[in-house]
Amino acid sequence: MQKIAMDRISEFFSAIAAERALYLPLKKKGAVNFGKWEEGADVDLDALHTVKSPKGLFFPQSEDLVSFKMQGKEISIDAPDAPDEKFAVFGVRACDARGMDILDRVFLSDPVDTYYAARRENGIVVTLSCSAPEETCFCSVFGIDPARPGGDVSAWIAGGFLYVKALTEKGEALLSGLSLLEAADEAEIGPAVEQVKAVMEKLPLKDLDLTGIDGSATEKLFASEKWAELSRACLGCGTCTYVCPTCQCYDIRDFDTGKEIRRYRCWDSCMYSDFTRMAHGNPRKSQVERFRQRFMHKLVYFPANNDGMYSCVGCGRCVAKCPISMNIVKVAKALGAEAKE
Amino acid sequence: MQAVEKAIKEKARALLADGTVDRVLGWEKGEYCYDNTPAVFTAENLGNLVYNSFCGANLSKYLIAESKKEGRVLALLKPCDTYSFNQLVKEHRIDREKVYVLGIPCHGIADVEKLNVKGVKGIERIAEDGGTLTAQTLYGEKTCEINDVLLERCMACKGPEHMAADDVIEDTAPVELRKHDRFGMVEKLEQMTPDERFEFWRSELSKCIRCNACRNVCPACSCLKCVFDNDASGVAAKANVDTFEENMFHIIRAFHVAGRCTDCGECSRVCPQGIPLHLLNRKFIQDINKNYGEYQAGADDSSAWPLVDYTQEDVEPGAIEGGKN
Amino acid sequence: MPELNEQKSSSEFKPLIVAFCCNWCSYAGADLAGTSRLNYPANVKIIRVPCSCRVNPMFILRAFQRGADGVIINGCHPGDCHYSTGNYYARRRMALLFSMLEYLGIEKGRTRVEWVSAAEGQRFAQVMNEFAETIHNLGENKRLEDLRCKR
Repeated sequence: MQKIAMDRISEFFSAIAAERALYLPLKKKGAVNFGKWEEGADVDLDALHTVKSPKGLFFPQSEDLVSFKMQGKEISIDAPDAPDEKFAVFGVRACDARGMDILDRVFLSDPVDTYYAARRENGIVVTLSCSAPEETCFCSVFGIDPARPGGDVSAWIAGGFLYVKALTEKGEALLSGLSLLEAADEAEIGPAVEQVKAVMEKLPLKDLDLTGIDGSATEKLFASEKWAELSRACLGCGTCTYVCPTCQCYDIRDFDTGKEIRRYRCWDSCMYSDFTRMAHGNPRKSQVERFRQRFMHKLVYFPANNDGMYSCVGCGRCVAKCPISMNIVKVAKALGAEAKE
Repeated sequence: MQAVEKAIKEKARALLADGTVDRVLGWEKGEYCYDNTPAVFTAENLGNLVYNSFCGANLSKYLIAESKKEGRVLALLKPCDTYSFNQLVKEHRIDREKVYVLGIPCHGIADVEKLNVKGVKGIERIAEDGGTLTAQTLYGEKTCEINDVLLERCMACKGPEHMAADDVIEDTAPVELRKHDRFGMVEKLEQMTPDERFEFWRSELSKCIRCNACRNVCPACSCLKCVFDNDASGVAAKANVDTFEENMFHIIRAFHVAGRCTDCGECSRVCPQGIPLHLLNRKFIQDINKNYGEYQAGADDSSAWPLVDYTQEDVEPGAIEGGKN
Repeated sequence: MPELNEQKSSSEFKPLIVAFCCNWCSYAGADLAGTSRLNYPANVKIIRVPCSCRVNPMFILRAFQRGADGVIINGCHPGDCHYSTGNYYARRRMALLFSMLEYLGIEKGRTRVEWVSAAEGQRFAQVMNEFAETIHNLGENKRLEDLRCKR
């Protein structure tokens, strides 16, 4: 374990940024999101988490796949090269780090998503321990320890110092290049870790019970009568899906620039009315089915196909951001009650 | 507000019992004290109905769907929600006969984001006492004045009167109206140079994640199919691939609701990135007021709104100052 | 890329202008300008619409998106609309839209409405020349462009 004084943290960022692009939580017009670090950037490490999760650094909201151009009878097709920017992302919370494990299962299993794989390869994830969990947090329900956040390098802020510890080879490589770090003892972060633990014990959602909600109860949960009521207020916006660190659905669309066709992919949301729309129509005709899909996917289908791993990490973004405050916690509680009946 | 909640429940129970209404549209208590969800109640679950300083959601838009169903629905509308209601009645989107509007008093809605900014985080419980909020948080007890954490729309409150109501719950302890210059920020922006204005909006709108929450929550956005969802329109998109799309979506959305927007402020309330979208709507409202005469959308349920009206003496395009040059 | 830049700076900026003309007055005015052999810039692209009030704000933004540097809407003089009132509605809509664009920091001169009758061929040419001049002075449209559409 190594450390650097917090008042020298911009030197630390600058040293990383000298070698590769550095993304970290930046405050812009009141909202904290991951952005590229540059000298004088408004870094915010206090915010519980960013509005958008860091998944966008590996799976951007939109990216070009291919472009077509017609000249006379010639059609030329041009595909962009795989992304090659070397980068590090600093300040990823434990929940978001787990979110990447979930995305890995989707994008790195056959057939591998080459764009995502390239960014995962090029990116080094530096996680940051939580210091002040909030009432919306329920990561512990999924076995996540916010004080042991994982990633390639884990970091802690304690007693005016930033502590870092490499967990993978990539992480080692990153830290070995930083001469301004000094050696530190693991015990120094002890009090900070304990403090987080104490707060975690008090969280209102820490005992969220998911018994009965898993891949084995697909049909029962699918047919539940609760969905109509739960989804009644849903606006059908995409807030929950776009702030979610694990939502991974995308749409492929064409944009006619007048000179060529750009085919790109962009995040999609199962809450939208044209999701799953096909030539014959849409099998999910109302918001009830769309709403059900999102939560069934997170809590039932995904664990059914991934050794029981839920595709929710308890970050609490959807809990905080849903315009009408309907969220995965309320759904889990309602379904849980039914599963026990 | 507890007294009001009690009065609402009594009234609702009575109206359900005598068959005047078949169900009640209100807010259901959530996990915390602040995450109330719009919900429909019957006599059985009326106990879950809640009314406090966090019932921000404007229920008017839900009445489009509710009034198409069998029977009559009792709608709990705060004074500012009744403007949206009237506008929707005017546009024939709500069947007025199938709604029983119960006007309920409102003392301003608190904004949880503003509480967070004030350092009130990790909220477990909040007690309201007059204008003071006392929060029990994971990090100790914190208090603040509700006036300091009000939603933007409440800072420019339109007043305690209901524009449409079949019955009203009386406000036994009315609060003083907040005096806030509704167009102050619009004017401030107009005074900036075009470069500064461009910079302001660029940095605000670049935060947009295109979640469509502003559109879907908006009572004026009641189209069955939005132009931005219509593949045949050529502008359908699910992401802002270019900065142009960030601009276009918000300009067009604001324009489509111009003259019909009641300034209910739901768009700004729900924006996950905190974009001050009301500043676009208020610009249109201000231009309308200055050039076509004072107009408050939703103040009545029959007048023609400014963009479906004209006079022969209207100003010429280009004559309205969008801002300093 | 020094060559390319040099080439760009030496080649004069030719603004692309989109002119929406109503079928009954302004389009006929443009026709008259043509048959009268009056000069106006060739980079004014005319789009014929049934009435000035057919112009949706989206059309204007889409024109900018696809590379227009200026957009002008031409309709019948107020009171002379073929459909009696179309241009009155258009007048309100465009007044508000242009004000909004300016509020967002888009240059004021890039959008314009002119009333041109079928008899005003001369005026049509004059308006187009003036507008082209204004746009030329404003330079390229940078604030409402879609980079994907740049060549």
